[in-house]
Formats: sequence, C-alpha cells, structure tokens
Amino acid sequence: MTSVRLRAQDLELRYADRVVSTRLSLDVPDGAFTAIVGANACGKSTLLRALVRLLRPAEGSVLLDERDVGSYAAKALARSLGFLPQDPLAPEDIRVRQLIGRGRFPHQPMLSLWSAEDESAVSEAMTTAGVDGLADRPVNELSGGQRQRVWVAMVLAQRTPYLLLDEPTSFLDIAHQYRLLALLSRLRDEGRTVVAVLHDINQACRFADHLIAMKDGRVVAEGAAADVVDAALIKDVFDLPAVVVPDPVTGTPMVVPTLDGRTGPSG
Amino acid sequence: MTLAARAGTITGRGAVLVAGVVLLALVAVVSVGIGAHAVAPAEVVRALFAFDGSPDHSIVRDVRLPRALLGVGVGAALAVAGVLIQTLSRNPLAEPGVLGVTAGAGFAMTVGAALGLATTPASELVLSGGGAALAAVLVYSVGRASPLRLVLTGVALSAVLAGLSLGLRLMLPDVFDRFRFWSIGSLAGREKDPFTLTLALIVLAVAGALLLSRPLNAVALGETVARTLGASVTRVRLAALLCITVLAGAATAAAGPILFVGLIVPHVVRPLAGGSVPWLTAYSAVLGPILLLVSDMGSRVLLPTGEVPVAIVTAFLGGPVLIWAVRRYGAGTL
Repeated sequence: MTSVRLRAQDLELRYADRVVSTRLSLDVPDGAFTAIVGANACGKSTLLRALVRLLRPAEGSVLLDERDVGSYAAKALARSLGFLPQDPLAPEDIRVRQLIGRGRFPHQPMLSLWSAEDESAVSEAMTTAGVDGLADRPVNELSGGQRQRVWVAMVLAQRTPYLLLDEPTSFLDIAHQYRLLALLSRLRDEGRTVVAVLHDINQACRFADHLIAMKDGRVVAEGAAADVVDAALIKDVFDLPAVVVPDPVTGTPMVVPTLDGRTGPSG
Repeated sequence: MTLAARAGTITGRGAVLVAGVVLLALVAVVSVGIGAHAVAPAEVVRALFAFDGSPDHSIVRDVRLPRALLGVGVGAALAVAGVLIQTLSRNPLAEPGVLGVTAGAGFAMTVGAALGLATTPASELVLSGGGAALAAVLVYSVGRASPLRLVLTGVALSAVLAGLSLGLRLMLPDVFDRFRFWSIGSLAGREKDPFTLTLALIVLAVAGALLLSRPLNAVALGETVARTLGASVTRVRLAALLCITVLAGAATAAAGPILFVGLIVPHVVRPLAGGSVPWLTAYSAVLGPILLLVSDMGSRVLLPTGEVPVAIVTAFLGGPVLIWAVRRYGAGTL
C-alpha cells in the first residue's frame, strides 16, 4: 500500500448518548479498493458517515490531505469525496439523466448554466456505469439493479477521486452484486479510491485490496484479505464457526461456515 | 443523448416557457375585458397604450388592470409557494392551503383587524406573514413524521383557524365589512388598496425561489445525499421557509385564503419540468397567474347576480386534483 490521503485519527463517534466507537484510527490507502466488513451494528456505516462528514466526531478528526474534513467548504469537500448511502430515495417523476445530473451540483456556481463540462461528466458517468440506454426512463420504474447503477453514475458525475459506498450490494440479486463489484474494481483500476461497506465477506475478499474488519466499533484487523482472514478472525468478528479455503476462481480466502443447521452455534 | 440533443431539450423547455408567458399575456388582456361591463380586447389594448379618458378606458385602467396585476402576483405567489413546500417536504400533497399556512395568515389578519391593527398594507403584510410563519412551524413540528400526517395536521389546523376567524367576524360584523369578500378569498375590491409593496415582496420572493431552486434540486434527493453533494441543507431549508412565508403571507394579505392553487399548478406542470426544480418553479410562476386570472374571470361571470369569491372557483378545481394526486402518489408515498 502506497500513500494515504484520507485517514481517521482517534475518533469518538456517537449518536446522542450512544457511543459507537472510541479511539478509532485508520488509514484509507490511496488508489485501492477498501472493504469494511463486520457484523450488523458494529459501527461500519457510522465510520463511513464520519469519513464523509455526515457525522461529526465527538473527539478526534478525519483528515483529507492532512486537513480536517470539517474545515473544508461544503462544495469543495463534495468535489473530493463522493458518497452513496444505503437506500437513497429518488424524487417522484425524476428521469435517469436528470438524477445523474444532480451529481454536478458541487461543480456549479450559484448562477451558472449547465456547462459543456457538466454534460461530458454526465455522459461519461452513464457510459461507465452502463446506463446509457436508460437516459429518459423514470428512475422509480427501474429494477433494483438498474437503479443502483444509476445512483452510482450520479456519484461518478461528481468526478471525485474518492468513492465511498454504504452496502451498495444490498437489495441486489447475486448477478447484479458481482456486476456492481466489478464496476467498482474497474473504477479503482482507473485510479479512484473506493471504500465500500460490504456484507458478504467472500465478495470483500475477492474484490478488495484492503480489508478493514470491525467489531463493537473497533478495528480488529486490517490489511490484504490473504493476510488477515482466517477462521479465528471470522469467529471473533461474526461469532461464526467456519473454515477458510482458497476461492476456486481467484485463490482469495473463502469463508465456508461449518454451521450445518443441526448443531447450534458454539460458545 | 448527445450535446446537441441535450441543448434541444433545454430549448424545448424554454419554448414552453415562452409559450406560457404569451398565453398569460392573452389571458390578462381578456380578463381585463370581462366583467359586469364587457370591454372588447381591442379596446383594452387601446386603453393601455392610448388612454382617452372614456368610461371604458377608466374601468380598464383604474379597476380591471390593477385587479389583473394583483391576480398575477397572487397566482404566482401561491403556485411558487406550492413548489417550495412540495419540494421541501418531499410531499406531493403539500401546498400552503392544505398545510394550514394560508389559514394561519388569514387568522392573524382577522385577529389583527379585530384589534384594529390591520389598517395599512404594511401592517396587513406583517400580520399575515407572521401568521403564516407560525402556522408553518406548528404544522411542521407536529406532522413531519409522515406526508399524510403533515397534511392531516394542516387540514385540522386550517379548520380550527377558519372556525375561529368566522367566529370573530360574526361577533364584530362592522369591523369586518371591509374584509367580507377577502375572508373567503377574493380579488374583488382589493385593487382599491395600494398593493405595490405586496407585489414587490412577491417578486423578491419568487426571485429568491428561483435562486434556491438548484440547491433545492439537491435537497430533493434527501438530506444525506444533499449534504454529501455539498448543499447547505439547513440554510437552504430556512431560506425556502422564508420565501414560503413571504409568498403565502403576501398572497393571503392581498386576496384572503385561496386554497389549492399551490397544489394544482405544480402538479399540472410537473411532467413538463421532468423533475427539475428550476423549471418547475419557472413554469409554476407562469401557470399560477393564468389559473388565478381564469378563475377570477369565472368568479365574475358564473353567477348572474354578482361575484363568487375566486377561492370557491379554485376549490372546485382543486378538490378533484387533490383526489387525483392522492390516487397517483398515494400508494408509493403515504
């Protein structure tokens, strides 16, 4: 892993009285695909929200280029960090092309007209995300897989070096999950830094360069999947007895639970 | 779509807007001619550009034209306020009337009149704007949990305030003689009071709404996405609320509680705007006046015996639109 431009230092993250994380630190390797994994409610979405300044840390700071993200102007930060929440809602009547065009907001001064650069960013985003043919369709009539690609295109139109996605594969069938992950890998290959919260540990191992495993608001392991994923980690993070074998296609770690339904979980 | 095709759709939307403005001008000329005493459109144009002091020309210049101008302002104000409220609350059923904002403005005016405060256009505007703001805050804080709850809260508050206003008017009939038509929602006679300030405020607030429309485009995607796009969600919401208050307050101060214009207009132009708040705002600012002028013409000619308050005409048109909107959006949104 080479350089780091986005990092979290000694974060304390909380919602009102509920503390999610304390003394949480991590580096996001530049130009890599980072996957954050962990059990439900372990604080991985909260961490992602803190990275994009949706949640202000009670303590500590998130630094982008050694500068606290809190000190950036809103639109300036939005030109660096693109974020896709778990279940974004499209307004009634909006069409695909218009929704993607909204990603240009941080690039548009108050009284400007739609520019040629806006236009090319939207067209490029649509091609990259493979939604060219849907331009004039109402977003709310699309299938789940199409809709998710349209939202990804909206964030791509933002033309940010960073893409942070909160469980982008939930609500998708398995084929669409793999297509979306392949798209994210391609974006990484084109030089963007991708950070995604992923539910499926095997998909995370297969696609991510860098894995961050969380439990109870803490980072319990980080590094390349091959180096950090073993049966002990799965037991610790998910409380799931499993064996870890090489994925027959990619050779990356593959988690196979030993729970067969006839015996209860141990411990 | 190519760049050229994209430019084509922008030109297309521009053409629709220009057509709308032309239609508005035509409707305005016709509306100035129609009434208890009809004046031919050609004579109307002559009265505007070659005034000769004849009774026909005096009617046009001193009564009908101011009334039409006021109608344009009130129609634009209500329609744009509807766009802002619908966008802000992400609720296709919202409008100043349904949400009780208009009733709040009307009630404040009524109380002000009972206390002898509503004496000048400026004091009426302050009362009306204050009432609109209070009602908006109250309804929003009680009903924000769901779109349907917001509407129910607004309707309930409207009913209560309308009842209280009616009670006051019945108790003090002399005070409210001047407000008899106003209290139902009408342009009749309102052109006699100076309304420059009202129109100026409406123009400013509509301009503000147009400036806000692009950030509102972002806010319409929900708070999370809007913030990560760099929109100052809180500031945009506050500014939009201020515009809504000024628009609903000024319209109500001028013409009384006119419901449904803010609901009908955005719904009719929504398919043309294709999800863009700037275009929705611009189209509504043109169609709102058209709807109000047409309704006002209707109010002058429907009954042989005299005028029907224009709010009754818009209510007849708006009821079915509300039902249509609930049926269309109901399943998904509520």
